[in-house]
Amino acid sequence: MYELVFDKDLCLHCSTQACLTRCQYIEIDKETARKEILKIARGEDSFVLHDCATCYACEEYCTSGNHPFYLIAEKQESLGIPPVPRPLIQRAVNIGVPFRGRPEINEVNGPVLNMGAFSEYMPLIQGRLFEGLAVISTDERKMFHYFCQLMYLHYGRSSLIKERLPGIIETIAKHRPTEVVCFHDECYGAYTSYCEAYGIDVPFKPVHFYEYLYNRLLELKDMIRPVGLKVAYQRPCSSRLSPDKHVFVRRIFDLIGAESVKREFVDGNALCCAGAIEGQRREGSRKRAAEQQKRNIEDMKKAGAEICVFNCPACFQTLGGMVAGNGIKPIHMSDLCRLAINETPAGWR
Amino acid sequence: MNPTYQSLIAIVDAEHVSNRPEELYIYSFDLGTSEPHRPDYVVSPGTTEEIQEIVRLANRENIPVVPLGGGLSLAGLAVPLKGGILLDLKRMDRIIEVNEKGRYAVLECGVSQGQLTSYLERHHPHLTHSEPGAPPAATIAGNIMIHGQGDLAQPYGFNSDMVNGLEVVLPTGEICRFGSCAVGTRWFTNHPLPDMGLFLGWCGTTGIITRLSIRLLPAKRIRGIGRFVVDDEELVPEIMYKLTHTQMAEDIIAFSSAVPPFASELQHFTVNISADSEKELEMKQEIIWDDTLGEYIKKGDGAYLGFTRGLERPQISKTSDYKKGGGFEYVGSIMPVERYPECYRMGREISEKYDIPYTVTGRCIGAAHSMMFAWTYAFNRADPATIDGARNALHETDRLVMELGGVIWKPGVYGQRLIMERLDPGTRELMKKVKGLLDPKGIMNPGNWEIP
Repeated sequence: MYELVFDKDLCLHCSTQACLTRCQYIEIDKETARKEILKIARGEDSFVLHDCATCYACEEYCTSGNHPFYLIAEKQESLGIPPVPRPLIQRAVNIGVPFRGRPEINEVNGPVLNMGAFSEYMPLIQGRLFEGLAVISTDERKMFHYFCQLMYLHYGRSSLIKERLPGIIETIAKHRPTEVVCFHDECYGAYTSYCEAYGIDVPFKPVHFYEYLYNRLLELKDMIRPVGLKVAYQRPCSSRLSPDKHVFVRRIFDLIGAESVKREFVDGNALCCAGAIEGQRREGSRKRAAEQQKRNIEDMKKAGAEICVFNCPACFQTLGGMVAGNGIKPIHMSDLCRLAINETPAGWR
Repeated sequence: MNPTYQSLIAIVDAEHVSNRPEELYIYSFDLGTSEPHRPDYVVSPGTTEEIQEIVRLANRENIPVVPLGGGLSLAGLAVPLKGGILLDLKRMDRIIEVNEKGRYAVLECGVSQGQLTSYLERHHPHLTHSEPGAPPAATIAGNIMIHGQGDLAQPYGFNSDMVNGLEVVLPTGEICRFGSCAVGTRWFTNHPLPDMGLFLGWCGTTGIITRLSIRLLPAKRIRGIGRFVVDDEELVPEIMYKLTHTQMAEDIIAFSSAVPPFASELQHFTVNISADSEKELEMKQEIIWDDTLGEYIKKGDGAYLGFTRGLERPQISKTSDYKKGGGFEYVGSIMPVERYPECYRMGREISEKYDIPYTVTGRCIGAAHSMMFAWTYAFNRADPATIDGARNALHETDRLVMELGGVIWKPGVYGQRLIMERLDPGTRELMKKVKGLLDPKGIMNPGNWEIP
């Protein structure tokens, strides 16, 4: 079985304990933070394991690359402190089970876009941005063969990721891709950050979706017409696994003439969509999630955002209707980019 | 030309009568597992008077008459078991009146669920009706005929409890009206005249409903579905009891199915909630999820899955897609809520025995006074062996319903026999007398509710 590479000494000598002191869901001072993270690393109970909102942000806050969130998820499982109720875990475990036959494997021998478990979002993959790019996992009935499994971090079930992920990688590799553009941040995080932390071999080169979009927009630069929209970006939890790629959000906005509004909850301080918090076992989780969503949207409104840009389909599902109800149009990043090259995404007015 | 055919043309005109084999074929089966039987004629009347004349003709010539609404019961209830005249009532689809303040609608018998829903949304947005899980083509009259339930069953009960009045053509051709419309012009109540109870649940064997008045109910501005899940079926009855105590839900359904995998071995609840404002919605959500079900969440036994705005209709037919071939039929039952765990476990056993992915659903009726529990069996329409398998599973389930102390809902002929075997002798004799009195020649939907 794959083991997490986690170095206690890095925490012992850390000068900031930023993993926990920067946490937006736990009030904690530096000394307590050090004590608690070391307790967790030793396999002891800690209130952090009970109060963790599973927002992934500590993976970004840790300046030593020591994977505190992977550690928390591991220990939640081994110590029997699941962040969500038992039936929700069972439901999630079941969701990832493919049930409609094997996928059709076509050898591509070139770059591919992997839709992962979001085949139903194929309508987003249209127009000149994606011309000539082969796409895999386009069939909703078989998409769980391409499901990166990282979602189970929200459920304290690391063991399932380790059990299933190598098989998923094998399926993708059968397409013989040279590069795999990951539609979702989480897949990119799985094949870069998670696999690296656990020593899981990845026989292809993962490419972040935004990096692909940015480079493609550069190729189509002559077609770009500034969108002139004030935008807020809903940063997904899984982007915390690849903070080095977050820079492409700003780069894309600059390139297409979108004005990123000045917000309190942005970049490192971004609030998650709260979809994972809503179902947690802690008392008051539903209300806590609703309050966070309200704060997040109020912040967008106060900053004057006209549109809210999403990457993660789960965030879109959770927050899309709410932002729309508050007069802010929700849109996926790829559709925003299509607007900039004079294409009209479905439903855009 | 065949004299009966000629007579039918004389009543409704040539365009609305057919004895062409290709059209008779279409009316020879429904979407379930019942064996097909062709009618001799298909007639589509446009008025109550035409129905009267057709029934009189059938009486004179001793020809069976089978009334058909949307044809979606699945249990073969409108399959013409003994041939005769198939009366397709869909042409009679006028919405005669909607009384906004009195909250009722007077409808012809061919008005469909979808038609009324869209009409109300457009013209009376403050009113709604209890829409069943059937496709929108199902008729209102057909649904009340089988004691159907809809998505307002929790506060208001069976759809047949919401009938304010009926107009019926008797098997001998006379017209009868029941409710306030029998003594005046308004169709606002079915009470307090002496109870007749002669037409609902009889599968068209005692007469043909031509008009009805149905209660309409308040439509709130926001309607949506909250979801909850538990992994122990024993918890379902107590959760339904607690949810109904809040009086905050419009519809409560528990379900479990082998496919898609997320639902397997778990009991999901969908709880429809409506509100006129965000404040009202949050108040109801707080009472339902936090105050009432919070204890299950805290103990780790139950999980809240979120609330989505908008209603999903229909529900049950989705399962037809989970096995190649697209066929499905279910046994419905009206069952005490406390029987949910056994219904689930024994339903799974039957499904596994016949190699069919299990699908079970329990819809709460009233304040958990009962539930409509359904076991659905998918089959491949192109594979007779899977149809046989599903039919055997359905019959076994019919027997299970009786063993568990429930009542088979909209039973097919097999289920009707099981019920009649167990029926109180006094009741059976009374039903026989009623049937003999109303339909002396036995022409109405013969083969159904034939009491020996």
